[in-house]
Amino acid sequence: MSDLEPQELQGRQPEAPEPVHGGDYAPSVAARLELAQRAGGIVMPLVTTVFALLMGMVVVAATGHNPFTAFKGIFNGTGLNWFFPWVLGQERADAAFNLQQTLIVTSTLILTGLAVSFAFKCGLFNIGGQGQYIVGALVSTWVGTSWAHMASGLHIFIAVALATVAGAAWAAIAGFLKATVGAHEVITTIMLNFVASYVAQALVGRGGQLQNDVDRSNPVSSDIVDKAHLPVFWGDPILQGLHVGFFIALAMPVVFWLVLNRTTLGYEVRATGFNPEAARYGGVNVRRSYIMAMAISGSFAGLAGAIDILGWQFRLGVLDIQIVNIGFIGIAVALLGRNSAIGVPLAALLFGALTQGTSTRNPAIQDVFDPRLAGNLSTIIQALVLLFVGSDLLFLYLWQLRRKARRFGRRSPPVAQEPAA
Amino acid sequence: MSAISVSATEVARWAVAPRRVAIAGMCLAALGFWLVLPPVELRSVVWPIVLGGLGAVAGAWAGSVGERKLGWGAVVVAGLCVLLGYGATRSSVAHLDGAFLTSSGPGVVDWGVMIGSMFVFATPIAYASIAGLFSERSGVINIGLEGMMLSGCFFGILGADKLNSWPLGLLTAMVSGAVLGLVHAFLAIHMRADQIVGGTAINFLALGVTGYFFIQVYGDNGTPGTGIPTIPDVNLRFLNHIPPKRSGDPSFWYQAFGHLNLMIWALFVLLVVVGIFMFRTSLGLRLRAVGEHPRAADTVGIDVYRTRYAAVIVSGIVASLGGAYLAIGYTHSFTENMTNGRGFIGLAALIFGNWRPGGAFAAALLFGFFLGLATRVQQYGYETQVLVQALPYVVTLIAVAGVIGRSIPPASVGRPYVRQ
Repeated sequence: MSDLEPQELQGRQPEAPEPVHGGDYAPSVAARLELAQRAGGIVMPLVTTVFALLMGMVVVAATGHNPFTAFKGIFNGTGLNWFFPWVLGQERADAAFNLQQTLIVTSTLILTGLAVSFAFKCGLFNIGGQGQYIVGALVSTWVGTSWAHMASGLHIFIAVALATVAGAAWAAIAGFLKATVGAHEVITTIMLNFVASYVAQALVGRGGQLQNDVDRSNPVSSDIVDKAHLPVFWGDPILQGLHVGFFIALAMPVVFWLVLNRTTLGYEVRATGFNPEAARYGGVNVRRSYIMAMAISGSFAGLAGAIDILGWQFRLGVLDIQIVNIGFIGIAVALLGRNSAIGVPLAALLFGALTQGTSTRNPAIQDVFDPRLAGNLSTIIQALVLLFVGSDLLFLYLWQLRRKARRFGRRSPPVAQEPAA
Repeated sequence: MSAISVSATEVARWAVAPRRVAIAGMCLAALGFWLVLPPVELRSVVWPIVLGGLGAVAGAWAGSVGERKLGWGAVVVAGLCVLLGYGATRSSVAHLDGAFLTSSGPGVVDWGVMIGSMFVFATPIAYASIAGLFSERSGVINIGLEGMMLSGCFFGILGADKLNSWPLGLLTAMVSGAVLGLVHAFLAIHMRADQIVGGTAINFLALGVTGYFFIQVYGDNGTPGTGIPTIPDVNLRFLNHIPPKRSGDPSFWYQAFGHLNLMIWALFVLLVVVGIFMFRTSLGLRLRAVGEHPRAADTVGIDVYRTRYAAVIVSGIVASLGGAYLAIGYTHSFTENMTNGRGFIGLAALIFGNWRPGGAFAAALLFGFFLGLATRVQQYGYETQVLVQALPYVVTLIAVAGVIGRSIPPASVGRPYVRQ
């Protein structure tokens, strides 16, 4: 593996590609990441993660806490110690519960990560996963709280399908504006995030249409009817066990890969992502690509909102809307996962574990490290991952230095011998 | 034809110019809305609808004839006026001008108080948009404004508290903003990273770092309620003697301008300085040249990298000033994620204001007005309040969609420059 990478690297210099039509050509996000992926493979994300975790430990140590006990607490809180055969008894039961929570968060993060990734493949930066997630959650709350007499399977299907469509439609607004008037998708999706958040807050807040019918003082929606809950397949349904949304989330990277690599639409989306001008010249309907890429992106995020509501939240409150940041973490997931169908789930597992391990619900950490510090620590680690992903050129440069040093080291003996001879 | 006797057709042509029709439409709609507010307070919804409708028709005509920007703008304004007018007629008179009723506090429409609160809410947004102006005019998108502002909030209050002086608090805030600006600049310029990734990283970093150290330093109790030096208000008592004034109440001018914070006045000065710097000095010209066509700027000997570094660092400093105002000028406290999207609104104001300081400030005032209004319509229910808060974002969406004129960014914004 390590032998292959430098060769790949040699073939593709990290310099910007040839200038297009006179100006300074900035490689699209998709092109950059493709480059980084070829250059570093899985090594770069791993190095990035390890660096970020190490720096997180430095922060913990610098502020007078013991980094090892803190990180051990975080690790035990993720439930990943369930995989160790020597963990037994009550500890094992706790680990199982924690692992269920980790996987619940992971499911959602896979979907919001894919939402960012798919748009990346079209050269678009979908910052709006957050808003699309909220729209999906809102629609599934609406469906889940109405039609109490519908058959269970049908109810779930309609709730999930409508939430997915709603997320797609919400994102397609940004795609449409990009395609028709060239409005920058980052700006429009940021605005759509806020609009979605405020509209949802108005609807479930005090006096809102979806607000709880029983307790009018509490700014949350009514509860989802029992038959619309996603079935739980591991753990206690009352204690928030792992629901079948996990399998939906696991299936989506496959769908993602199939759509991108085995359909005409996917081909056009990727072509647009690499170079819109060339794609247009080659007969691709670039406008359609933009709109469809955003819509598919948004459908992943809308689906994420649906499985959260139907899987474990069962209601949507104003506070949930205000504090949720699943959509934003999706950006870090996509960037760390290098937008690939394999990388995104792995990155989602990392960030899901980090989120669960540092959450205030994690009992393992209470005694050793203030969970509120831990929550912020996980944000810092996410930020560092993003910073390192952004500095990929630095990593590539260091790779090259290493290569040069090695080549120089190989060549140096004869050079050194010459004067002597 | 002499200048004195102007023919009727010329008058008609002058008056029917689409531009004027659109403006007249806006004025009509605004008049319809104004009629139902204090002090006139017609209690009929007919006026705003009729006048707003006329305004919308005028705007639509102007828009279809070719005056797109003003015409469709007039239609949007008319729609807003009808909606707001309808809301005003539905609410009770007591709610509208409760300024007389001391028991229920000031009402929704007290123009002096409203203008005062507009400045309070607009100031952080305006600082953020001026910060964005520096960065984006030099060709670097700055999504990280939100984070730079948040770090200004925390380090401003930390500095003021620990060093026991608000100027030193401002200084620590500026240093923190400069550091984040430097990080963003390094990523955007030397690393040639995608600038959205860099900005998002800055936002996460500021959120995590301020939250972490807030808990670490202040723990469970939060920032102390008293004892932290704060940026003073500027009290202009003489304004209280200028009419219009109702007996017993402070005058309109005093309510609006009499006790604004020092940072708000500093903002007014900053706006003038930035306007002159950007468009009247050679340094400003260089900065803009780097943002429009870096290759050309490089060819004539401008150091593109150094200019961009300076611009992004200044951007961080200005954004952190806005945060410092929020923490030690206005709320006198810190809570996690207290900027709550103000940096993003600042970015929106910048776009809405077409990347010009005056335009950005006007947009910030508009957004500030809506946010101030949102806190004052709480008595109409949570729903109304929240939806009024959402209005600035909808307006920005419409603006970037090009319905009300096109916002044209600097030509090279978002593109890394590679020296040859």
